[in-house]
Amino acid sequence: MENEQRWELRLYVAGSTPKSVLALKNITRYCEENLEGRYSIEVIDLLKTPQLAEGDQIVAIPTLIRKVPIPIRKIIGDLSDEEKVLVGLNIRPMPLKNKP
Amino acid sequence: MYSFPILYMQEISSLAKVSTGIEGLDEVTGGGFPEGRPILICGSAGCGKTLFGIQFLVKGILEQNEPGVFVSFDETAADLTANTSSLGFDLDKLSGEGKLRVDYIRIERSEIEETGEYDLEGLFIRLNYAIEAIGAKRIVLDTLESLFSGMENEGLLRAEIRRLFKWLKDKGITTIITGERGVNTLTRQGLEEYISDCVILLDFRVVDQIATRRLRIVKYRGSTHGTNEYPFLIDENGVSVIPITSLKLDYGTSSELISTGLKPLDALFKKGGFYEGSSTLITGTAGTAKTILAGYFALGSCLRNERVLIFSFEEAPEQTIRNLLTIGIDLRPYIESNLLQIHASRPTLYGLEMHLLNVNKLLTEFNPKTVIVDPISSLVSVGSPVEVKAMLVRLIDTLKTRRINALFTCLMSHTGIAAGDQGTIEAVSSLADNWLFLENGLVSGKRQRSLLIVKSRGMEHYNDSVNFTISSAGINFAASSIPTKSNSAHGK
Repeated sequence: MENEQRWELRLYVAGSTPKSVLALKNITRYCEENLEGRYSIEVIDLLKTPQLAEGDQIVAIPTLIRKVPIPIRKIIGDLSDEEKVLVGLNIRPMPLKNKP
Repeated sequence: MYSFPILYMQEISSLAKVSTGIEGLDEVTGGGFPEGRPILICGSAGCGKTLFGIQFLVKGILEQNEPGVFVSFDETAADLTANTSSLGFDLDKLSGEGKLRVDYIRIERSEIEETGEYDLEGLFIRLNYAIEAIGAKRIVLDTLESLFSGMENEGLLRAEIRRLFKWLKDKGITTIITGERGVNTLTRQGLEEYISDCVILLDFRVVDQIATRRLRIVKYRGSTHGTNEYPFLIDENGVSVIPITSLKLDYGTSSELISTGLKPLDALFKKGGFYEGSSTLITGTAGTAKTILAGYFALGSCLRNERVLIFSFEEAPEQTIRNLLTIGIDLRPYIESNLLQIHASRPTLYGLEMHLLNVNKLLTEFNPKTVIVDPISSLVSVGSPVEVKAMLVRLIDTLKTRRINALFTCLMSHTGIAAGDQGTIEAVSSLADNWLFLENGLVSGKRQRSLLIVKSRGMEHYNDSVNFTISSAGINFAASSIPTKSNSAHGK
């Protein structure tokens, strides 16, 4: 049943800075490894849509938000620490044998 | 003569300044805050930092037509609007007009995980968006240090805050940053290190159970500024700083004469009364008719159709009026027509500064021509002799600057002048232009009231003491005492 849970993530960036690019690369990899087919990542570039910063109370860039499942979680930084990100998003890592 | 700290400075530098919107603060800062630069306002909790910021923006909009952004890290926009409405600020209205933007930035440590590198570009974007949306010229960040409680990477935050200040400076936005007072530093996170232009410290102190708010300019680069601690007030009109020490000794003097309110007393002065705008001191022990003479003075002013303001520190207004009525001085019609106002308060109700601020406010609001303080000696109980003296000097100076006819009564103890009062009497008497000394003597078991003119600057006056009695008809000078052509003994 739990496997049916979808994950909706949102990544706030400000242009293509190295930190933002790295964050997107990292989260995509973690999701592919652990949530294959059950996730979506929406990237919001605040340089293009600055008005969206208020809604999710964005201060730091990059910021990753877990919209679903609730409660909303927030992780800031380039997401380089996989374990911390997975714990933060409450994603249970897939068993090792499934990893490529 | 007394010399006063003259702080009303001429601006030497070409530093552009903007009005602070806070009454009195422009004078103290020599013209206002530095335009387009960051200003740090720090102080302990509840000292009025947020209010300073709000007023800076609201007055900027209303008086300078400069739109402003208020960024709150502590309170929601709704809370802020509610909290400041009692001060007469309608934030909703200004927001509706597109002149003000209140942005609430919430940073909750428990909701945020940190991993890897990040920056505060999100904050910059939000600020930029808010600034651009209304064309803001002013911004308040209240309290920026909340960032430190929301995020772990202190080094990064410091670097980003430094970048933020530079960015705001480059944009030419006049910015107020508020900060909570730290243990050994002005702000908890040492923000003062990053703001070199203007730092103001607010203080809320309770001494002898009397609370006073004070303000001090810690630094102001490129500008002269007042160095004293200035008391400030928060009331229904917002924040006001009264730069009491910034008075100059350049008030105009008048040769016009006014009546003392008592004809026989007028006759003791060669020109027939006091000079207009002069200050008069009446001293005497208890029961020597000081308040009665003050009553005549008030009545005289009312009869000239000039506004009178009485500060009573011993009696309730009704009592003063009733008592004066028994000797034929009827002030009631003038109270009704609002030509006369009596403000009664216990001296210990507030600190000296508050008394002075109240006086100043009333002077501005009521604009009296005559001010009576009865008795000035009551204020001695409120502070140390040094403070009281300084305050009285300021008070008299304020009144002189406004060319107000001032009259102070001063109670002396039966043994002469009480030790603590000595300095006070000296301070007042040397500043006062006229000094009347009242005495109750005993002549063969009978009370003998007498009045002596100790001095009257710039005017000849009767030199001897004059006996008088008090009846339901008022003060009667003894016939033998009244100067006539034959016994007149005018002298300087």
